[in-house]
Amino acid sequence: MSAMENLPVDNGLLRFLTCGSVDDGKSTLIGRLLFDTKTILADTLSAIERTSQKRGMEAVDLSLLTDGLQAEREQGITIDVAYRYFSTGTRKYIIADAPGHEQYTRNMVTAASTANLAIILIDARKGVLTQTRRHSYLAHLVNIPHLIVAVNKMDLVDYDQTTFEKIRADYLAFAEKLGIEDIRFIPMSALNGDMVVDRGDRLGWYQGPTLLDVLETAPAAHSEKAEKFRFPVQYVCRPQDSANPELHDYRGFMGRVESGEIAAGDEVTVLPSGLATRVKAIELYGQPLTHAVSEQSVTILLADEIDISRGDMIVKTSEAPEPKKQIEAMVCWLSETPMDRARKYLIRHTTRDSKAMVAGIEYRVDINTMEWVPADKLAMNDIAKVAFKLAQPIFCDPYAENRASGAFIVIDESTNNTVGAGMIV
Amino acid sequence: MTQTRTLSKTTLSHLDWLEAEAIHIMREVAGQCANPVLLFSGGKDSICMLRIAEKAFRPGKFPFPLMHIDTGHNYQEVVQFRDKRAAELGERLIVRSVEDSMKRGTVVLKHPGESRNKHQSVTLLEAIEEFGFDACIGGARRDEEKARAKERIMSFRDEFGQWDPKNQRPELWNLYNARSHKGENIRAFPISNWTEMDVWQYIEREQLELPSIYFAHKRPVVLRQGAIVPVNVPLMSGELTNLPKAGEEIVELQVRFRTVGDISCTAPVESDADTVAKIVLETATTTITERGATRLDDQTSEASMEQRKKEGYF
Repeated sequence: MSAMENLPVDNGLLRFLTCGSVDDGKSTLIGRLLFDTKTILADTLSAIERTSQKRGMEAVDLSLLTDGLQAEREQGITIDVAYRYFSTGTRKYIIADAPGHEQYTRNMVTAASTANLAIILIDARKGVLTQTRRHSYLAHLVNIPHLIVAVNKMDLVDYDQTTFEKIRADYLAFAEKLGIEDIRFIPMSALNGDMVVDRGDRLGWYQGPTLLDVLETAPAAHSEKAEKFRFPVQYVCRPQDSANPELHDYRGFMGRVESGEIAAGDEVTVLPSGLATRVKAIELYGQPLTHAVSEQSVTILLADEIDISRGDMIVKTSEAPEPKKQIEAMVCWLSETPMDRARKYLIRHTTRDSKAMVAGIEYRVDINTMEWVPADKLAMNDIAKVAFKLAQPIFCDPYAENRASGAFIVIDESTNNTVGAGMIV
Repeated sequence: MTQTRTLSKTTLSHLDWLEAEAIHIMREVAGQCANPVLLFSGGKDSICMLRIAEKAFRPGKFPFPLMHIDTGHNYQEVVQFRDKRAAELGERLIVRSVEDSMKRGTVVLKHPGESRNKHQSVTLLEAIEEFGFDACIGGARRDEEKARAKERIMSFRDEFGQWDPKNQRPELWNLYNARSHKGENIRAFPISNWTEMDVWQYIEREQLELPSIYFAHKRPVVLRQGAIVPVNVPLMSGELTNLPKAGEEIVELQVRFRTVGDISCTAPVESDADTVAKIVLETATTTITERGATRLDDQTSEASMEQRKKEGYF
């Protein structure tokens, strides 16, 4: 008898990010989520108790849980995106914890790129700030489908409903301009634990769900829309030298279904060759599958022999994208070295690399006012609309329609660093 | 967000999702790197990695050899398991040993009893150079240790094998950048997003075989600074190691290992769990972390793992 039969159903895995400025209690909120879901084990707790005491604090500082690096503990700051895990028994969670200090743009874009939900913290005493607007803009830019606005520190405003309602109205007025659709507001005190995991008894006027209730029911799939099938080929399996003669003609195309679904028998086209064929079989570890869904890693076998290599893409014949050698994209510059228009970069889109040059910068977004301003170079944390010319065609979709086939990274070939993140317009 | 939205029927279970991600990462290493290697110690995480490699590349051969950096102080059950598993898979296993580095003079112990665990880094870097590996795939998880929580899935190391936590490549979407120049290498961690619980649930689901010391067994131990320290452990050579110190009382306890490493720095926990199902339940109810009372080398300072990683440790 398996022990798992005693555990509740598996509702998959949800990735979310938390954003907020330095003092609005983000680390405390994460600490509270981990603590109240019993994720923190006794020895970790005693370690942070010791550190809290050493620093002369009276209560245990839950925010210490999220500062992992030596320099962070010494300076009491968070340096880089970190990933935290907890599970409720029904669902597993990955939190992308982006630091709130001045490097917020690139860190937040990085953390947001893998998230399906964002929690935006607002300090109830301060209301909607420039920082809140920046974070909301970035969450929207990266196309996060679900937003939770956590109005935190309600304990410091006497759990006042009017304060909460005013912040909600202010936020909605601004969010309307951005076009963000799915927003929920939750009043809470991460410090005291009200409305995070437990309801507490100080927010009786609020009838909505707790933060964890929302997390437990939010859609976990990478997209809820019916997306086009996109299968970038990662690796070609040709075991023709093996001792097993049955494998002599085996040609498996290995990759991850980045979006959409595919079933055995479906008509497909291989890009860039444009040759059409049929899916003969879908397999995982020798087991045949009738179909494969988004985010599933599988091996596809095709009915006809077509020359296919890494970087090619298999799509449904009826929904094939056009190859593109000129693209426009919203780019977040990640590197301390500014973008140099005289240089050539490498663009990595799905499993395909192409040399690229900057054809023009249409505008830069002033992240404080969200206005478009002219620009001729990009510094770290800048966000701009950039046109690129590519040496090799890519098979892309607009990022707003497809996060997987609409995204790319920019690599500096001299250092091999990842220097930019792009979202195709 | 409407209240009534139901979960899509096509949502993968959390284990399926983690597995699919790990397969994707392993295939990216194979697709991007010219000469990768998969580190295999015979421990539970690397046992999961082998199953993921099978799911990623079968019916083909693995596009990389397996490699173990042997401190010479490993439990013989684990070493035997390592060799058996590699043979069953029909894949090439490279073993490089810290003792050879000691003979070469590149590893010098402060005293004969010093833990060889941290010296594995020297032997690993020597092996990377010897074979010209440009990527090492390993089974480290972010939940194991706080320095690992900050590490990228594709983690860049310079010519000296050093990790610079303040200068890591940003990692966006699932677009991994495993590029490196000659002499540098990438450490790739396909199961970064797994927790100890996920590993045990995966072992249960996949019915993976494990070295016997993961299950409850009787063993002579001493209690030293709050940890259970195994004593008189036979090595592959038959020689006994971890001899008790003067004045220590040897007791026999029913224990199992949550993490398996060098004998001198790995401590078991008391347990009756003799099946994977029982271990899953015990993991769900434990109050101490995997490395809390079980890794003596992590406890020397708050930043000991981070320090070792900066110096090239896995």
